[in-house]
Amino acid sequence: MAAPAAPARPRLGVFKFASCDGCQLTLLDCEDELLPLSAEVEIAHFVEASSDIQPGPYDLSLVEGSVSTPEHLERIRRIRAESRYLVTIGACATAGGVQALRNYADAEEFRAAVYAQPEYIETLATSTPIEAHVPVDLELRGCPIDRGQLVEVITAFLADRRPDIPNHSVCFACKRRGTPCLPVSRGIPCLGPATHAGCGALCPAYGRGCYGCFGPSGSTNMPAMIPLLRSDGMSDEDVLRLLHTFNVNDFTAIEPEREHEVEPGTKLPGEPR
Amino acid sequence: MTRDELRELRLGEVARVEGETALRLRIGDAGTVTEAQLRIYEPPRFFEAFLRGRRHTEPPDLTSRVCGICPIAYQTSACHAIEDACGVTVDDRIAALRRLIYCGEWIESHTLHIYLLHAPDFLGCDDAIELARTHRAAVERGLRLKQAGNTIVQILGGRAIHPVNMRVGGFHRVPTRTELRPLSERLRHARDDALATVAWVAGFDFPDAECDADLLALATPDTYAIETGTPTVLPYDAGQDVRTFPLADFTAHVVEEQVPYSTALQARLDGRRHLTGALARYAVSGHLLPPAVREAAYSAGLPDPATGAICRNPFRSIVVRAVEVLYAVEEALRLIDAYEPPPHPAVDVLPRLGTGHGATEAPRGTLYHRYTLDAAGLVTDACLIPPTSQNQGAIEDDLRRIVEDRLRHGDATDTELTHLCERAIRNHDPCISCSAHFLDLTIEPR
Repeated sequence: MAAPAAPARPRLGVFKFASCDGCQLTLLDCEDELLPLSAEVEIAHFVEASSDIQPGPYDLSLVEGSVSTPEHLERIRRIRAESRYLVTIGACATAGGVQALRNYADAEEFRAAVYAQPEYIETLATSTPIEAHVPVDLELRGCPIDRGQLVEVITAFLADRRPDIPNHSVCFACKRRGTPCLPVSRGIPCLGPATHAGCGALCPAYGRGCYGCFGPSGSTNMPAMIPLLRSDGMSDEDVLRLLHTFNVNDFTAIEPEREHEVEPGTKLPGEPR
Repeated sequence: MTRDELRELRLGEVARVEGETALRLRIGDAGTVTEAQLRIYEPPRFFEAFLRGRRHTEPPDLTSRVCGICPIAYQTSACHAIEDACGVTVDDRIAALRRLIYCGEWIESHTLHIYLLHAPDFLGCDDAIELARTHRAAVERGLRLKQAGNTIVQILGGRAIHPVNMRVGGFHRVPTRTELRPLSERLRHARDDALATVAWVAGFDFPDAECDADLLALATPDTYAIETGTPTVLPYDAGQDVRTFPLADFTAHVVEEQVPYSTALQARLDGRRHLTGALARYAVSGHLLPPAVREAAYSAGLPDPATGAICRNPFRSIVVRAVEVLYAVEEALRLIDAYEPPPHPAVDVLPRLGTGHGATEAPRGTLYHRYTLDAAGLVTDACLIPPTSQNQGAIEDDLRRIVEDRLRHGDATDTELTHLCERAIRNHDPCISCSAHFLDLTIEPR
């Protein structure tokens, strides 16, 4: 006898581009939520976790990684077309990731440095965020993303409400956590005032200055930030290296000298989306 | 042979591995595999290139982004290599903390592989979610155990993926004894889960198979090597002695070469295919496991390495991983019990001109880093040799052997052979860490 048809669950897709797998692993790191979640959504496409790979359409697609090969360009358009909501997860997907350092160097030279026979390797000259190619419904920042924020995004999706993902700076999280300000109390340079919240202000709690792995916040004031880093002992080269890591595309886009080139009304990377 | 005689099979993606790979297998007459290529399509991310010009303090954070599943391995190998270049040795207590956080990574990474990626193969499921429908208690135990490993990494490192607290010279902040106490309580429960895991996987049905590669693992004189050691080779050929070589000579022995079908470099050890990872470690260091862990291994059907017997069946690697999880839990408990905070969270590491080498046992095998610094401490050259680039050759040999063995027992469908190939790949927990896999199986009759 046929069982009564269960109500259709929303279909979840998890997709990967150029990345380290860490952000999709965050979903598997939700040890307490994983089995209850699997009762609420149908995990239709999650290659790292399942051999049961279903074709689209998908109700919620989580996309990790940056666009960095010719094949990626075509694949992201296909995934977008098959997805009701598309959420990018992590710095590779939202900013191009650490591999976007190639955008500021000669990709040909890079390729030759790693591979003896570069002609075998097909790569684009740049590593770019997903949003540069298709519309994105929500960007979840971080290298890696925060597990709590991921659970919040999925929960909000299931409840059909807007996820509570503040775009203020790490400073707010330090105050909430009760961590004394590192630059003020110990003279340690910290990128927290310019960095998007979401990690829970981890580094300052461990006595380390924020290194910007969540990218710029919605209220970043780089012309004020850079002199602060300088006064805490960083050289120009140190500042440049600090900004040139996992969110290099986003931080570079808002470096002070670029500010005057922007047309009024243009959305800057790092602004609220 | 004509084109339309090709029996070609395409399987979308190899699931339940970290990263994306393809496979090309050609089978000739009499069931002979004429070609087995593991084709890794991981988009190149050029780490060695952009490390140039970075400060000597940066490689741990930058290289951890190679792999979200084993960031501690990258951070620790990088720290060791930079410290070696700068002529610095860290305090024993800092070294013990590094071993502790590394135990956390072994527990979480191995448990992920055992329960979420590998066990479904033995129980005929697509994934752990499906597995939980029939083996709920087992999957819950796996998730609990994995969480215990992640908790070690979180407490010491700040977060489970790309932890923030490790640095060249040590840590930014070290825990008090009190902060570690709740962890002991948790790990005592994890020990029961780890023992139950060993017993659980021991009951699986293992196909016969033997990997004939030379085995490479780090070794230390008194303990099962994790975060340091001397490269040690167990040759396959009987009559050849165990040999070691200095870490500084690593790239003279383990030589990477580019193959046209893969974006990952393939490495060979002294010109031969070799295997690194759980099977190699257990063969090289198993006799150093504490008696209780050795007993559990023996009860689970693994040979006692003290007798010189070696487990070479890649399907049984899941048992070795379970034994290593048990060991990592025991070792973490011992380290926490003996813990005294170091006098300083980190020792000073002043840059100088030179080259340094570092290697650790990542969950998937030996991970080697080499950096050359200029006098100002800027990286002028970087070389990373991950376990999966070393294991590719051995995996290709496994594929060939396993398919030929199967065909010797009669014809098999493409689906069955493809499934078998995927299992053969998963046996080695490859960390390809990037891009979409395609498993192309081409069967070519003569």
